[in-house]
Amino acid sequence: MNKQTKRVFIAVVVLWFIGLMVWYLHDLNIAVLNPRGAIAFRERRLMIITVLLGLIVVLPVYAMLFGFAWRYREGNPKKTRYSPELTGNRLLETIWWGVPTAIILTLSVIAWNSSHALDPHKSLSVNAKPLTVQVVALDWKWLFIYPQQGVASVNFVQLPVGTPVTFNITADAPMNSFWVPQLGGQIYAMTGMATQLHLVADKAGSYDGSSANISGKGFAGMRFTVQAGSVDDFNNWVQSARNSPYSLNMDDYAQLARPSQNNEVKLFSSVDTDLFNKVLLQYMGPVREAYAR
Amino acid sequence: MLGRLNWQALQHNHIVLVAQISMTLGALGLIGFITYKKRWQWLWREWLTSLDPKKIGVMYVVVALIMLLRGATDAGMMRFQQATDGHFLTSDHFQQIFSAHGTIMIFFVAMGLMFGLINLIMPLQIGARDVAFPFLNSVAFWLFASGMLLVNLSLVLGEFSAAGWLAYPPLSELAYSPGVGVDYWIWALQIAGIGSLLSGINFFVTILRMRRPGMTLMKMPLFTWSVLNSMVLVIFAFPILTATLGMLALDRTLGMHFFTADGGGNSMMYVNLIWAWGHPEVYILILPAFGVFSEVVATFSRKPIFGYTSMVWALAAITFLSFTVWLHHFFTMGGGADVNAFFGIMTMAIAVPTGVKIFNWLFTMYRGRIRFATPMLWFMGFVVTFTIGGMAGVMMAVPAIDFQVHNSLFLVAHFHTMIVGGVVFGFFAGLTYWFPKIFGFRLNERLGRYAFWCWFVGFLLAFLPLYILGLMGATRRLDHYDASLGWQGLFIVAGVGAMVIMAGIGFQILQLIVSIKQRHQNLDTTGDPWDGRTLEWATTSPAPVYNFALTPSVSERDAFWAMKRHKNTEEPAYEDIYLPKNTPMGLFIAGCAFVFGFAIVWHIWWLALVGLLGVITCIIVRISAEHTDYRLSAEKVAELEAGRAP
Amino acid sequence: MSEETAVSERQANETKTIFGFWVYLMTDCVLFASLFATFAVLRNSTYGGPAGNELFSLPFVLIETLVLLTSSFTAGLGILAARSRDKQRVLLFFGLTMLLGIFFLTMEITEFHKLYLEGNSWRRSGFLSAFFTLVGTHGAHITSGLIWMAVMLVKVARSGLTSATVKRLTMLSLFWHFLDIIWIFIFTIVYLMGTAV
Repeated sequence: MNKQTKRVFIAVVVLWFIGLMVWYLHDLNIAVLNPRGAIAFRERRLMIITVLLGLIVVLPVYAMLFGFAWRYREGNPKKTRYSPELTGNRLLETIWWGVPTAIILTLSVIAWNSSHALDPHKSLSVNAKPLTVQVVALDWKWLFIYPQQGVASVNFVQLPVGTPVTFNITADAPMNSFWVPQLGGQIYAMTGMATQLHLVADKAGSYDGSSANISGKGFAGMRFTVQAGSVDDFNNWVQSARNSPYSLNMDDYAQLARPSQNNEVKLFSSVDTDLFNKVLLQYMGPVREAYAR
Repeated sequence: MLGRLNWQALQHNHIVLVAQISMTLGALGLIGFITYKKRWQWLWREWLTSLDPKKIGVMYVVVALIMLLRGATDAGMMRFQQATDGHFLTSDHFQQIFSAHGTIMIFFVAMGLMFGLINLIMPLQIGARDVAFPFLNSVAFWLFASGMLLVNLSLVLGEFSAAGWLAYPPLSELAYSPGVGVDYWIWALQIAGIGSLLSGINFFVTILRMRRPGMTLMKMPLFTWSVLNSMVLVIFAFPILTATLGMLALDRTLGMHFFTADGGGNSMMYVNLIWAWGHPEVYILILPAFGVFSEVVATFSRKPIFGYTSMVWALAAITFLSFTVWLHHFFTMGGGADVNAFFGIMTMAIAVPTGVKIFNWLFTMYRGRIRFATPMLWFMGFVVTFTIGGMAGVMMAVPAIDFQVHNSLFLVAHFHTMIVGGVVFGFFAGLTYWFPKIFGFRLNERLGRYAFWCWFVGFLLAFLPLYILGLMGATRRLDHYDASLGWQGLFIVAGVGAMVIMAGIGFQILQLIVSIKQRHQNLDTTGDPWDGRTLEWATTSPAPVYNFALTPSVSERDAFWAMKRHKNTEEPAYEDIYLPKNTPMGLFIAGCAFVFGFAIVWHIWWLALVGLLGVITCIIVRISAEHTDYRLSAEKVAELEAGRAP
Repeated sequence: MSEETAVSERQANETKTIFGFWVYLMTDCVLFASLFATFAVLRNSTYGGPAGNELFSLPFVLIETLVLLTSSFTAGLGILAARSRDKQRVLLFFGLTMLLGIFFLTMEITEFHKLYLEGNSWRRSGFLSAFFTLVGTHGAHITSGLIWMAVMLVKVARSGLTSATVKRLTMLSLFWHFLDIIWIFIFTIVYLMGTAV
């Protein structure tokens, strides 16, 4: 193979491969880029803006890298200029201290504003009354408590579309991270701490959630489903939970909290009203004995 | 008597068994080979007890490359597990493997290659005959080797940590990880980390106090500048690691409550402390790689570096900023918006000096005469990958974006882009570039090119899919995932990429063998095979034990480039040279430290005491020793020089 | 090499070692800074156990402090003696420093022992873990300083004051003063501020 055909061959292979990948990806769910809630949607927009700003630097870098490499290669038949004493140029250097600084300043403003606008602690200003869900990360499953409804579930969340949801999150296990990419970013679940995450689902559907932080053997199985539907769907679901044969008092909880892997969805018809706080407090002082037993 | 150690420590599943047997056979084979060749004395005299930084540097590189093989094997197993979504490994075993992969690649490959290159080249570059504290250098190397041994011993005896390469508590606490794995992790890093700290002090003092007269700070080669900055980071960051690991060890062995879930411990504090070390650590690795590229680009473009002053200030800016960004590793912990935004902005700010460096490198190529030898190829590959990774980094510096990609495979792809594309490519460029200076002959170019292309293409195949997988919601460290998610195709591509990288490693091994066989054709008889610019090329290849028979004087930035233009024809007037004698004490100190670490891992208290007393005794013996130097007379130097004249 | 350059090289060598020792002390500072920061975070994490003001006896600690300060003073006198190559006084002052150091260490161990017996060991709470570790790390440094001092005393007694020995004594006293300063911080942050609350 001569040089020319070799190049053509490589180009064809690369293009074929890229084509194959695009075809493969076109009907897969790229969750972060396929948002179903206001928070995730704004996070995607931020991503796009950042990439575009980044390209202002990246594209010239690529152009110059290959351009200079080609033009100033040794043995280039075209005699290009050679300046062995060229050690710098104040103007040029000022440009590339300046332009990236300007881009970063722009990005800084964006970062500052978006950090406040998309702060997970910030409740969402939608007119509907928010729904509270308490989340406890266990070894190795998620417990969701609906204090307003008095029901609970394992590895399953039902939400009404358009209603802002406040997740209060803690752990009775090593640190986990609560993440539903199509609804919005994640936050850690830690013992003795309550973190908060405000999300809203704008479209009905079934969304995958998982733990993003390793917490031991069964961590990969800590997946859960978020089902977003109408208010009626939600009420029906609460009703079905109330019909569940299982309930969750502190003894049941102790049973549930034992390590187990790849848990199925489970619903609880009633739940100890103070369960979340008890879980939280047991790591804050010796009062745990009084609480737990 | 033996603490927690019993026969059960040897019981493993068949995969570990294969590793155990091959490791044991490998060790026995090596011992047999050395015995057969009657090389023990030679090994002891010429290498193990040597205080010559060039020899120590070679030993660092050898250890690091062997560890690269182990780390890459681990990576291959992880890729296989995820590509087949199979039941190849149990979750516990899988978790041990990725913990070992991260630990080994950072501490024993990247750090090893870095300290190796520094030892090999930095003293030569500043025209020194040695480092400031040659004995400390030997101790540091052997501590590094002891840590390495401890990590690998966990494969044979007991288990390794399954808590990730940074072992976040409370998972890494006794309550959730009762085995010996985390203890192995702690003590391997503690011992190696103290070695790194000693090296940091050593090289810092070497650069500040042992440069040739005339080489002012602003005339130092950029590799040396990058090492200086990196060592400043070592000095400030590694004590934090020592303290943090120490506290975790106290939690686990004495029942303290620093980071436990109960007892008033605070695991968030661990995360803060470990990243207060961990983020600078990343820059400790990348800065010397930047330094290598600065040398490579200038040499192979036959031009001085563009914007030297900018380059120095960019290094300093990165060094400073790297201590102000650690919180970006856990925006998702739930800190306030102000705090997150502040650390996000500081993180993005690092992109500015890094960008400046890239533009300066590119303009060093501008109006040059560029030769595409392998080091230059590594540089080109670096710019391509590093820019992708840099953009991903800036994205993740925006806290609200980070919430969506944190701990996903997007993050994994990002830091591999930086560490493989930046650090590893950089050190490979450096090894190829400086190889003739160390061994006296060049590496085979053709095989080097093959290796580069395999690494580069393999890298893109292995890591670009991970960016997409991350965006699809795939988190890191999954030993299995649901088939319905549709991730498998991309994992298979990533697996193929890993195989292509393996082929690259294969070519590198082949390159080494072929180059050694054909060394007579590639001999570097001039001492200056690449038409170099800095002082290391001013001496013969391989460099003599005393580096320079006559210490060169420096008046310009590219000192050797200037020397080549103003040929000096004076008759050389040699002088006596004082060099440190060999000593095995560094080896002994580290050996005792190894015993100490091993004993604590297994709770064998009496043995720990023996190890500790051993360390103390060795130190006392060494500081009481006199006549640690020997003299090489001027006549002898003249004789040696005549024998090696270019 | 001419005699002159040999001498200047040797001097450069000495300043290099002492400079290196300063850098080491700085790394030790960072180590202690990490421990102080940890202590500050955990000082209220008593987990139902006692806080500092229920545990510490200021007069006791004040005596400890005075002992250590005095030992720093005698170490300073020892260095002055070493500079004037006065072997007897070097032995005297560093011997005195060593005795004071041992006395300090004994007091510290006594305090630890008492706390342990009262059931307030390092296992009790995050605060006590941080306390024992911070103060204990200082104690471990003192111990290694004492071992070093013992070695140096033997060396001086045997082979007198060579320039290498004086250099090492200088570093030893730097180390000792450094530990003194760290102790002042411990005294202030752990004990004074701990009992003031």
